[in-house]
Amino acid sequence: MTKAGSGITAAAAADAPAAAARLPRRRGVELSLLVLAVLLSVFGYCDVGLAQHGTIPPGAAGYGAGLGVLALLAHLAVRLRAPYADPLLLPIGVLLNGLGLVLIYRLDLETPGDRAAPTQLVWSTLGVALFIVVVLLLRDHRLLQRYAYVCVAAALVLLTVPILFPAVNGARIWVRIAGFSIQPGEFAKVLLAVFFAAYLAANRSALAYAGRRVWRLQLPTGRVLGPIVAVWLVSVGVLVLERDLGTSLLFFGLFVVLLYVATGRTGWIAVGLLLAALGAVAVGRLEPHVHGRIEDWLHPFATIEAGQGAGQLAQSLFAFAAGGMTGTGLGLGHSVLIGFATKSDFILATAGEELGFAGLSAIFLLYALLVERGYRAGLLLRDPFGRLLAVGLASIVALQVFVIAGGVTGLIPLTGMAMPFLAQGGSSVVTNWAIVALLIRVSDCARRQYDGRVAP
Amino acid sequence: MTRYIRHAAAFCVLLLAALLVNAARVQIVQAPSYDANPANRRPEIARYQQPRGDILVGGETVTGSRDTSEHLRYERTYADGPLYAPVTGFASQEYGTTLLEHTEDGVLSGTDPMLIPFPLWHDRARGRGPGGDVVTTIDPAAQRAAYRGLGRRKGAVAAVEPSSGRILALVSTPSYDPGELSGNGAAATRSWARLNRHPDRPMLNRAVRQTYPPGSTFKVVTAAAALDARVVRDVDAPTRSPDPYTLPGTRTRLTNALRGCADASLRVAFERSCNTVFAKLGVDVGVARMAATARGFGFNDTDLRIPFSVARSTFDTSVDRAQLALSSIGQYNTRATPLQMAMVAAAVAGGGQVREPYLVERTVRAGGGTVAAAGSRPVRRAMFPSTAARLKQLMTDVVENGTGARAAIRGARVGGKTGTAQHGVDNSGVPYAWFVSWAQGHGDLEPKVAVAVVVEDAAADRADITGGGVAAPIARAVMEAVLASGGGRGEG
Repeated sequence: MTKAGSGITAAAAADAPAAAARLPRRRGVELSLLVLAVLLSVFGYCDVGLAQHGTIPPGAAGYGAGLGVLALLAHLAVRLRAPYADPLLLPIGVLLNGLGLVLIYRLDLETPGDRAAPTQLVWSTLGVALFIVVVLLLRDHRLLQRYAYVCVAAALVLLTVPILFPAVNGARIWVRIAGFSIQPGEFAKVLLAVFFAAYLAANRSALAYAGRRVWRLQLPTGRVLGPIVAVWLVSVGVLVLERDLGTSLLFFGLFVVLLYVATGRTGWIAVGLLLAALGAVAVGRLEPHVHGRIEDWLHPFATIEAGQGAGQLAQSLFAFAAGGMTGTGLGLGHSVLIGFATKSDFILATAGEELGFAGLSAIFLLYALLVERGYRAGLLLRDPFGRLLAVGLASIVALQVFVIAGGVTGLIPLTGMAMPFLAQGGSSVVTNWAIVALLIRVSDCARRQYDGRVAP
Repeated sequence: MTRYIRHAAAFCVLLLAALLVNAARVQIVQAPSYDANPANRRPEIARYQQPRGDILVGGETVTGSRDTSEHLRYERTYADGPLYAPVTGFASQEYGTTLLEHTEDGVLSGTDPMLIPFPLWHDRARGRGPGGDVVTTIDPAAQRAAYRGLGRRKGAVAAVEPSSGRILALVSTPSYDPGELSGNGAAATRSWARLNRHPDRPMLNRAVRQTYPPGSTFKVVTAAAALDARVVRDVDAPTRSPDPYTLPGTRTRLTNALRGCADASLRVAFERSCNTVFAKLGVDVGVARMAATARGFGFNDTDLRIPFSVARSTFDTSVDRAQLALSSIGQYNTRATPLQMAMVAAAVAGGGQVREPYLVERTVRAGGGTVAAAGSRPVRRAMFPSTAARLKQLMTDVVENGTGARAAIRGARVGGKTGTAQHGVDNSGVPYAWFVSWAQGHGDLEPKVAVAVVVEDAAADRADITGGGVAAPIARAVMEAVLASGGGRGEG
């Protein structure tokens, strides 16, 4: 994209004013990709029905129409208010969301008493609605910078609220009101990313150059570093209290990445890794819940050897292995054997079993593309806040995918988190649509102001 | 800042690479070991994903499959479960398979390579073919007659066709319904526990997996050895045997149930089942030749499969003369399965030759094509044909004039031998009633069926336990059924 873009602008810059050097809008490309994404999802839906019952499911047309209308409305909002936005972001969101609905519907067939797909469809609709609202109302991302402290206050409130509610499956991260359960921590991700970006953008030079020097590390002054470290410590501390390990890991990673990008100090990464290692060892030793997770990771088949049958992680590995290279085909796997959390934390196992390594790689690449588009918007933007915001949002997606995918495939200890767009979980879907909406907004800005050069 | 953003992006690429490499490790490199993990239920689920092939008796399926819509989808069902349990065994999701369900599992479950037309494509597509069917040699009429004949008594019946070795009936009582064990739910667990706890051991296949002292029915073997060894040249010449007979080297005196055994001829001794005569004959023949003849009939053979394995029938070869005397009248360490004794009768009926028995006529694909058919079976020479001819006459005499009168069939030639086997400490157990026989229909060129019946009836009056009284009528019913159904060849 950079090379093609440079070529176009180099040619255009010679005989046109700067305004004409903007990148092409490519809304038609977006629309075609959206049609493709919706068609792929509908095919997947039909495939599940054919594999399980030999007939196309009766809801196929409705499902396709619903997803199509959502995609079209989102597309119209982008066309209207963010015409220069990156054309890949929205189709990737729709495809992942559509695929997630197919996988959840497919698992619903095995658990007739517990249907999750309809609820997920409602939440997806809410997510797209939020996307449209953000794209329509937020005309300039820099507006968010002003509300940085509102954001952090809201994030801390959202993080602490679940402590008042009873724990669900060992984690105190849920708020249940009138039959609906919400995970406020999910929304806090975006708010915290906004705060980190705004604070670091405002204080980058102070962070980078002031303060005492300890050994080879230049420390910033406590006045500058203090507030942000405090916020970070509070959020991670709260999450540890709530036993939401995945999200605490995510916040930690987000903080380190943004600090590094803002200051360019490799030392921060070293400090970050050191702290992470210390924290991990301490928590792994002291917290029985975390300790158990690490034991499971190191010895996934311990329960089998103890004669208690396969544990959840072992079942997940069996599912991935059963998929092999090309998968069993949608609807023909048995990942439901994983049991609890098949549709949420372990949804990737179903993808791995039924779509195989080929399908799983394709899904990873879709996420990678989403992250890459976020980073690219960050590179193109001129304002530090926008750049940090784009990098932060993209990093949230990247870290989240790594933590959960690495967990269910046995690469790292398992931490409960939702696969963006794919997994069952209303708060998660809505949050991820908000992330895509903000990325659309920053990428629109980035490509609108693009003049053929990448900012220093 | 651009540089640092690029660094962060590079870090993300690293994360992605780690995920892809790890996914390839799990899904491709480690996959075979994960697939083979015993805790992985996928092979089991695939196994029960399709209905199992059927076992056929007389052209009719005696098994079926029920769709439970559960994870392990198809469960085995059995028509006449208790009747055919000694043939089919069970196919349980929880407890595995036994007997034909076990030995023919490849065909029935569809994994047999012979069932798959395009193996390479098949591996790629990960499917399995539809299960094939197993056609048995069982004659349903004979099977029913045997089962009805045994009724509530404990015992077993084995019937074979002497000319081919086809097994026509295999019955064991008390029996059980294998369908009770098909599923993997609580009901199957309860049935399993109840059947295993039951003092009468209903899941024991007495016809092939249980050995009994054959008692006097073993005198057929001893007589064959004596005639083959020319210890007896004339069946009507008196043997030089005292009554009672003192076992060599001991002071134990062997007696008879009937009178007139002293110096009796082989014919008389056979009719009256004289222990003294046959014990002495065995000693006169000697252990080597006795053992060789017993081996010819199938004793001491550990490899017999029909296709499931048959318990070894034994004739002890390391014995002193007293023990040999007892062994020769089917006591001491001599033990036989009912199937083995049916083979003894079949050897006499078959002119001295005995064919290895078999239960599977052929296996067929779901479409009907034959996968494998029973080929010609190995033949053993149990005795000289002349010996067989003389024994045939002796056995006929038993039915016409002797202890086996209740086996006689109007219009057919029937030969038999009764037996009442002592067992237990000091022979304190209730004796087993034996009857071995064969029958030749009026128009038949050769005998059509050989049967062995054993009844171990704990409830009966001790005096009643004689092969002639209890076991012979059952044998007759089976033989009648075979003769009536056209020599056992009928499959409809």
